[in-house]
Parts: sequence; structure tokens; C-alpha cells
Amino acid sequence: MSVAFWVLAVLAVASGVAVFVVDSMARATFALLASLLAVGGTLLLVDLHYVGVLVILMMVMEMLVMAVFMIMYMMNPGGLTPMKMVHNPRGAALIAGAVFVLLAAGVFLAPWPERKGRPPADPTRALGLSIMGPKMLVMMVIGVAILATMISTVVLATHRGRYDR
Amino acid sequence: MSAQVCAVGEAVRLVLGLVVLGWGAAALDAGLGGARRGAGGPLRGAGGAGWWEVVRGAAGVPLGEVARLVTQRRRRTLVPDALLVRTGIVALLLAALLAAVVLPVGEAPVLDTSVGIVWFNAMEVCVWGALWLVGWGVNSVYPLIGGYRFLVQGLSYELPHMFALITVALGAGSLRIADVVAAQRELWFVVWMPVAFVVYLISAAAMAFWGPLGQPLGRDVAGGVPAELAGADRLLFTIGRYALLVVVAAAAVPLFLGGGAGPVLAGWAWAAIKTVAVLCVLVLVKHRVPAVRMDRFTEFAWVVLIPLALVQTLVVGIVVLP
Repeated sequence: MSVAFWVLAVLAVASGVAVFVVDSMARATFALLASLLAVGGTLLLVDLHYVGVLVILMMVMEMLVMAVFMIMYMMNPGGLTPMKMVHNPRGAALIAGAVFVLLAAGVFLAPWPERKGRPPADPTRALGLSIMGPKMLVMMVIGVAILATMISTVVLATHRGRYDR
Repeated sequence: MSAQVCAVGEAVRLVLGLVVLGWGAAALDAGLGGARRGAGGPLRGAGGAGWWEVVRGAAGVPLGEVARLVTQRRRRTLVPDALLVRTGIVALLLAALLAAVVLPVGEAPVLDTSVGIVWFNAMEVCVWGALWLVGWGVNSVYPLIGGYRFLVQGLSYELPHMFALITVALGAGSLRIADVVAAQRELWFVVWMPVAFVVYLISAAAMAFWGPLGQPLGRDVAGGVPAELAGADRLLFTIGRYALLVVVAAAAVPLFLGGGAGPVLAGWAWAAIKTVAVLCVLVLVKHRVPAVRMDRFTEFAWVVLIPLALVQTLVVGIVVLP
């Protein structure tokens, strides 16, 4: 179990680093995907099966949608030629370092609460009850907003919009 | 220990089933193609040729293709991203296999997880990545177009497909595929969720880029995604593609057709018979229905299929409410 955790953790961090090291948009996209898949794998290790598999499902789709946007907005068509993955390297390194130190300090300085209660027998069911119970309104609003955004983006982006029949 | 032996047995049975059914699907496809092209096809010898010759010829076509690709040299395009291409080719086969492990072949699936339906969905979405990687990585224009076509197709079929899966899970009250099969003991889901079943079949063809929804590999883009693949690369890609086709057909059985339920014969035999039936439908559709243009399919999927699937989910929801 702990071996699997460390393998996944190293994989997540290493492919996260690779995102900024590689010289192609496609490789960066899939390095990021590998990193996120490893995170999904860690969730599976703590028996959050539904959330873990959902992370894998959503991240794959998300990265591939990103590939669509990649070709829409890149200055070199489709990112087919090698390019640097970082802008303003010195400033970025400073900011990233500062944020890392801040977060790492938070890990050690924050007073972590003691564990209360026990994990539910079926975490998927507990999650569903939470979403459909107290968080119902939020989820409904977000769901409709996301769907409306998706559809309107596509309608605006396509040549054959709503008037061309 | 016996559980492990059991799982290994199931895994062996699963791989055997995939190989045999994939071969069968490829042979049927070749046979229908040959019959349509007449004497000029691979199954020449028209006129005197009886049905036995046709069957034998068709069964040999996949083997001949394997032998041809094994001995063929790899093709290398100008500055390809070989790592990404290989990753994509392997990922296609791997996604099909990983999607298959939650499907019960006989009694129990190889991986009996409580979220089997979501797992199946997640693995099948990995095919998007596989096709895009192959299409992008070879650095050639037609494969690139094919890869992006598949992304459009994916975005189109995925929402109705998810609603069809959600409807099944709602009807069974569980995401575990064994529970879905158990819930159909009285009545198969295809009977009281016909719309979800039709939506599933359409999305099955779409996710296996098969038949009318095979435009990512279309003739108008010189074969699309695998256009630049040759030799072992093309062989693996083709195997992955047929494995995926068999898996999406096989998934319809536990989801809608009662799994291995049936009189007299054993569970695995019924599962195989039903899978073959769904496969035959998919292969026949390929030879009977014209190609669908991607943007039109998107519109159809979002404007027609999503509302239909939602109404189906609502109906099932009302039925299972108490």
C-alpha cells in the first residue's frame, strides 16, 4: 500500500515537473494528464473508489478538450513545432518558490484537527447524499451554468451556427 | 488463493473471448465487404463459390492481414513524436482491456469493483487520448485531422452515453455491474429502457469509431488516424480497435440484455451469444448505413439524443422512486 502510494506520489510530482521541462505542447498536456492520473490513483488507494475513478475520467476528458483549445489559440499551428513551455522563467521561479514555501510552512504550522468519527461504510453513497441533500441548490446551479456555458461556447465557435441551415 | 485462481481463470477466458470475437467481427466485416464488392473483392471466385468458400475466405482475411503486417516494415514520417505515437497505440489496446475487466464473462468479472460503470466509462474515454496521440504524433496532416475528428465525436457522444449509463445505474440502484445484472432477473433493461439502449448502441459505434461514425478513420482523409502506421504499429492499432469494438458490444450485455441469464446453457455461453448478436448488428450497420458528418452528428447528439436520454432517465427515476 505505502509502496503504491510512493510510486504514485513520485510519478505525480515527476510528471508535474516534466510539464515545464518538455518542449512540446502535446507532451506537456500528457505529462500533466499523467500527473493527474497518479493523483486519481492515490484516491483509489484510500478507498474513495468513486471519486478516484471520476478524477481519472474527468481529467482525461479535460486534457483532451485542452488539446482542442491548444490548436485554436496557438501561434504555431497545433503546437507542431518545438517551443519553450515557460515564460518569464526567473519571475516564475521566484513566485513558484515563494508559494511553495508558504504552503509547506502551512503544512507544518497549521493546527491539524483530530479525527472525529469513522469513515462511512460506503463513501459513494455518503457523497451522493451530501450532494443531493444540503448541497443540492449549489450543485443544481453549477450544473446548469456549466451546461449552458458549454453549449453557448460551441454555438458561438462553430461556422454553422444557428442561422446556417 | 482460490479467489486468485478464479480471477486468473476469468482473465484467461476474457482474453480468449476478445481474441475469438475480434477475429469473428473482422471476418464478418471482410465477408460482407467482399460480398458487396463482388468478384473484385478479397473473396474472389464468384460464380461457382458456395457459402462455405465465402466463409472460409472471410475467416482467412484477418489472419492474412496479421501475417502481412507482421512482416511489413515500420514507416517513419518526418520528425514524428515517436514516444507519443507508441503511447497512443498501446493506450488504445490497454483502454479496451481495462474496460473489459469489469464485464462479467461468466459468473464474476475479473475486477468486481463497486463503481464498475464509472470505471468502464473512464477507460473508454482514454481512447480519446489514444487516438489523438497517434493522430498528432506522426506529424502528418490526415492523421491529425482524424485525431481531431475523434475529439469532436467524443464530445458529441459522451453526454448522451453518460446519461444512458446513469439510467442503467439508476434502474439497478447501484454502480456495480454485478448488481445491474442481478436487477434484470425479472425484466431486461432493454425492455423498459429502450431509448437508453438505442443511445448506448449509437455511442458504442461512436466510441469504437465504427461504421457510420468511423470518420476519424474516413476514406476522405486517406484513412485518418492510422494513415501513416505500418507493420507492427498498424497491427497493434488494428488489434486494439477490434478489441474495443468487442468490448463495447460485450458491455451492452450486462447493462441491457440481462448478462448471462438464459435457459439451459451456462452463463458464459449466453453472454457470448448475446455479445455476438450485438457485434453482428454493429458490423451490419457498418455496411448498410452511410457515413455521418461530424458537425451534423454533434447537433443530432446534443439536440436530439441528450433530451431523449434525459426523458428516459426521468421515466426510470419515477419508476424506481418508491
